[in-house]
Amino acid sequence: MPNIITLKTPLTDEKIASLRIGDRVLITGIIYTARDAAHKRLVELADQGKELPFDVQNQIIYYVGPSPARPGRPIGSCGPTTSYRMDVYTPKLLAMGLKATIGKGNRSEDVIEAMKQYRAVYFAATGGAAALLARSVQKADVIAYQDLGAEAIMRLEVADFPVVVANDIYGNDLYRDGIAQYKRA
Amino acid sequence: MGTRTRISSGEIVEKVSQLCMDANFHLSGDMLDALRVSGETEASPVAKGVFADLLENAKIARTCQMPICQDTGVAVVFVELGEDVEITGGRLYDAIHNGVRKGYKEGFLRKSMVANPLKRINTGDNTPAIIHTELIPGNHVRIMFMAKGGGCENMSRVAMLTPADGREGVVNFVVETVRIAKANPCPPIIVGVGIGGTFDYAALLAKKSLLRPLGTSNHDPDTAALEKEMLKRVNDLGIGAQGLGGRITAIGVHVEWFPCHIASLPVAVNIDCHAHRVRTVVLGI
Repeated sequence: MPNIITLKTPLTDEKIASLRIGDRVLITGIIYTARDAAHKRLVELADQGKELPFDVQNQIIYYVGPSPARPGRPIGSCGPTTSYRMDVYTPKLLAMGLKATIGKGNRSEDVIEAMKQYRAVYFAATGGAAALLARSVQKADVIAYQDLGAEAIMRLEVADFPVVVANDIYGNDLYRDGIAQYKRA
Repeated sequence: MGTRTRISSGEIVEKVSQLCMDANFHLSGDMLDALRVSGETEASPVAKGVFADLLENAKIARTCQMPICQDTGVAVVFVELGEDVEITGGRLYDAIHNGVRKGYKEGFLRKSMVANPLKRINTGDNTPAIIHTELIPGNHVRIMFMAKGGGCENMSRVAMLTPADGREGVVNFVVETVRIAKANPCPPIIVGVGIGGTFDYAALLAKKSLLRPLGTSNHDPDTAALEKEMLKRVNDLGIGAQGLGGRITAIGVHVEWFPCHIASLPVAVNIDCHAHRVRTVVLGI
């Protein structure tokens, strides 16, 4: 089994360069949530040259729309949503210094190219393991777009949030390699 | 006509709200068995780890009354309404929508419906439910609830094949649908297939097939053989749990069919993710 790497936010180019596909990573620190509707707004702001609700430089965006928190809990269930829907927005955010995204499922060729160009990675979290992943979230605060409900942008404090490197900065793709290994003609 | 059986709309509201919560908190026994067996037989160590995570996740969800998946779905409700049933104190559809509203609020389930597909403002209570009703003889009502996730729904497809495409064309379309979907619908998946009818009816059959308990085959031997062949072809794709490579991409293929026009061979594929959430209640008996 591969080694387990612990990663603290904010990220650095050096840390990102050391990651390879298949590495199991435990993330501790701050990550930001954003999915379809929030991405649309973020990129519209960026296109207008306006400031975003948070600085994406060296940060991680998690594609998630959590279920509501029960009283006394920081968050509800919070597994990843499917990433390809964000592909159209991702290169712009990577160009602005975003260093990693967390989601599930394959990324487009454009995003994989942009990750090489801007030295960023894509982490896969286990889709549907939403109650399990909630255990790694210690605090959650809505920082923008409250009107979007589950799609609002949240600042999460996470401890040992489990992910695997699905795309590294060298153009490798864990999905492609994994399927090639088990495909029967 | 037999004796009329009265069922109160209030009881329907209560039962539907319980179905919403129960389905989202408690992964069913057939699914737990499938995940356990898959974890034992899967060759890929990465995929084995995914199965272990999913079983652990189901345990946490059950213990903490948390949704198995944060996408608690569109509320899809199939109703078999006995012709000798009288709903009292309100309308059936209002009761179903109110049950969904109550269940999603009280269960802290996510509200995922937008009022208009282009304007995209959330309705805030996960209504409206998508309701399919069938009149049946008798004096009971069967309500089947499905929490249908968006990720797997997005990977579903319909095709209007030609009669010449035949059985092979149908199998190829199903396999190609799963191949294109790759990791996106959250494998291990259940593949619902509807063949025949019309454009719309094939899709309905595909969705209805997902109601069948996992591990069961179509009662028609030819269709059961078709399901088996499709399952093998799908699993030969090597997509695996979470699409990271593995022998088990689907844990079931369910096929339902219906007569169709001499010119047509409609086929629909409705994919469900491993957070397969179906619950049934029967009222009036």
